[in-house]
Amino acid sequence: MKQYILRRILYSMVTLWLLTVIVFTAVRFTGDPALLMSDYPGVRPEDLAALRAQWGLDQPYLVQYGVFIGNLVRGNLGTSFQFNMPVLDVYLRRLPNSITLGLAAFLISVAIGIPLGIVSAVRINSRWDSVGKLLALLGLSVPGFFVALLLILLFGVSLGWLPVMGMGQGLWDVRYLIMPAFALGWFSSGSLLRLTRSSMLEVLGSEYVKLARFKGTPERVVIVKHAFRNAMLPVLTLAGLQLVNTINVAVVIEVIFSWPGIGRLMIEGLLSRDFPVVQGVALMAGAMIVGVNLLVDILYAYIDPRIRLMR
Amino acid sequence: MQTQERVRVAPLVFRIQSFSKVMGLLREAPLVPLLIIILVVLSASFADVLAPHDPEISVKNASGRPVASYLPPFWMQGGSLATPLGTDFHSRDILSRLLYGARVSLLVGVVGTLVAGALGTLLGILAGYVGGWCDQVIMRITDAWLALPTLIFAIFLASILKPSLWNIIVILALVFWTRYARVIRSQVLSLRERYFVQLAEVNGAGTLRVIWRHLLPNVLNTVMVLFSLTIGVAIIIEASLSFLGVGVPPPTPAWGSMMADGRGPLIAGKWWISVFPGLCIMLLVLATNLLGDWLRVRLDPELRNR
Repeated sequence: MKQYILRRILYSMVTLWLLTVIVFTAVRFTGDPALLMSDYPGVRPEDLAALRAQWGLDQPYLVQYGVFIGNLVRGNLGTSFQFNMPVLDVYLRRLPNSITLGLAAFLISVAIGIPLGIVSAVRINSRWDSVGKLLALLGLSVPGFFVALLLILLFGVSLGWLPVMGMGQGLWDVRYLIMPAFALGWFSSGSLLRLTRSSMLEVLGSEYVKLARFKGTPERVVIVKHAFRNAMLPVLTLAGLQLVNTINVAVVIEVIFSWPGIGRLMIEGLLSRDFPVVQGVALMAGAMIVGVNLLVDILYAYIDPRIRLMR
Repeated sequence: MQTQERVRVAPLVFRIQSFSKVMGLLREAPLVPLLIIILVVLSASFADVLAPHDPEISVKNASGRPVASYLPPFWMQGGSLATPLGTDFHSRDILSRLLYGARVSLLVGVVGTLVAGALGTLLGILAGYVGGWCDQVIMRITDAWLALPTLIFAIFLASILKPSLWNIIVILALVFWTRYARVIRSQVLSLRERYFVQLAEVNGAGTLRVIWRHLLPNVLNTVMVLFSLTIGVAIIIEASLSFLGVGVPPPTPAWGSMMADGRGPLIAGKWWISVFPGLCIMLLVLATNLLGDWLRVRLDPELRNR
């Protein structure tokens, strides 16, 4: 077990390292990164020279990479031009907003996806199953930003029930949270539904469910106790990964609803040519996913002995 | 891992010999998605002929002056049949822009996914067949690449490359090749243990010949399925980039940027500027997903439960 965890951690470190190589190469590939950063309006030549010196841009690539990774290791993601403060600080300031939005979206997608998935599997080929299939397909095919615009049109403009942008007084002003959270949870609810359905179907066909039925266990108990609990294992893994994905793919939704999270931070950085912010958000997103993957792997090993005993 | 040995038939593309077989296959295909895709392809190909107005400049009325901006669709009060789906802020005809916008979505979606497919398939076969350090290097890079969330990675790349049609295609290719590499690698891993590959090796076939004659034809079905399933996501990513203002630069019409243009008016109740392009994206992606699902079941029973 200890060996397994160690190996997983090692793998994650390698992945993280390669991530920095990819980002570094992508930026250097297009030429002088100082020029990328200098697109920001009002940057003076001496600022550029300072940047070049700070990032060691006159040195060979290997040295440049050393400077790059050295900064990263010390938690230095560079300095944002538009906010005139370290990127990490800006990022951390925005992160809670994104997490709130992501959590709310996650709850909505779970509340829609898992019950419908169960009903679809239990009453296979019924009307509910068709509804579930339709919803899964729509979740996959209708882009979140279209859902967002339709929601704004219906609840914000026509009915006037909900505010169409901003965050309100505090993080927990729920009226502001409903529409963005729903638009964001839309996609995951479809994939959660699909997975719950197929996982439930697999478990319902297993020997122990058959045995439980032969014993004369009431159907409700079979579904809740025997099938549901076992079917949730793969679903929870996906749910964990979806959570991160949701936080990260929230970019468009945050822009539409003017939600001050990290997605919108990235776009603000992009539109005002504030390159360190864009790069910082990308790196942090990658690091976050690597971290969650590691956590899921370890959690899985705790739950399922077959995995930790595998070579 | 012990997997049941399955009899693999030659991929579909190599089996179609006659016109009647093609027709037979098409008859089985889901009709509505196919029609939608044909419609989009037609409007993209013949946009110059079909579009009633120039998509990039404002519509002029009889006296040569631009018509009003934000004209509603023809069935609403104040709309006219000259601009059937209304006009946008610059008095441009929305229908014409939709027809031309199909070009961007299709071109970027199809070419981007194709390039990604070629790159990913090649690397997947290399990793799976050559194995050893080659496999290790390619798969580690794939893992790290996959850790970057699609849209955020695409935005990051868009911030480095200047926005243009071809750069968007490059971005999509760079974002999506990993999907192919992973699946193809695992398939090649099992193919390479099969007798026909081993016999070819015994007969003295070189690495390139084995890859070209024996492995590639056998993974093509999977590549086609992955292609059809990826293209919808690629179209959505392109639309998102355009929506965020880093897609194909204006005034070229793209469905995503049209939706972005309509965001402000939408709050004022003028819904048609962004809802029509949104519907187009939705229908196209829905159609490709349905067709992809059908292809998946038709071509590869092994993938059916994924």
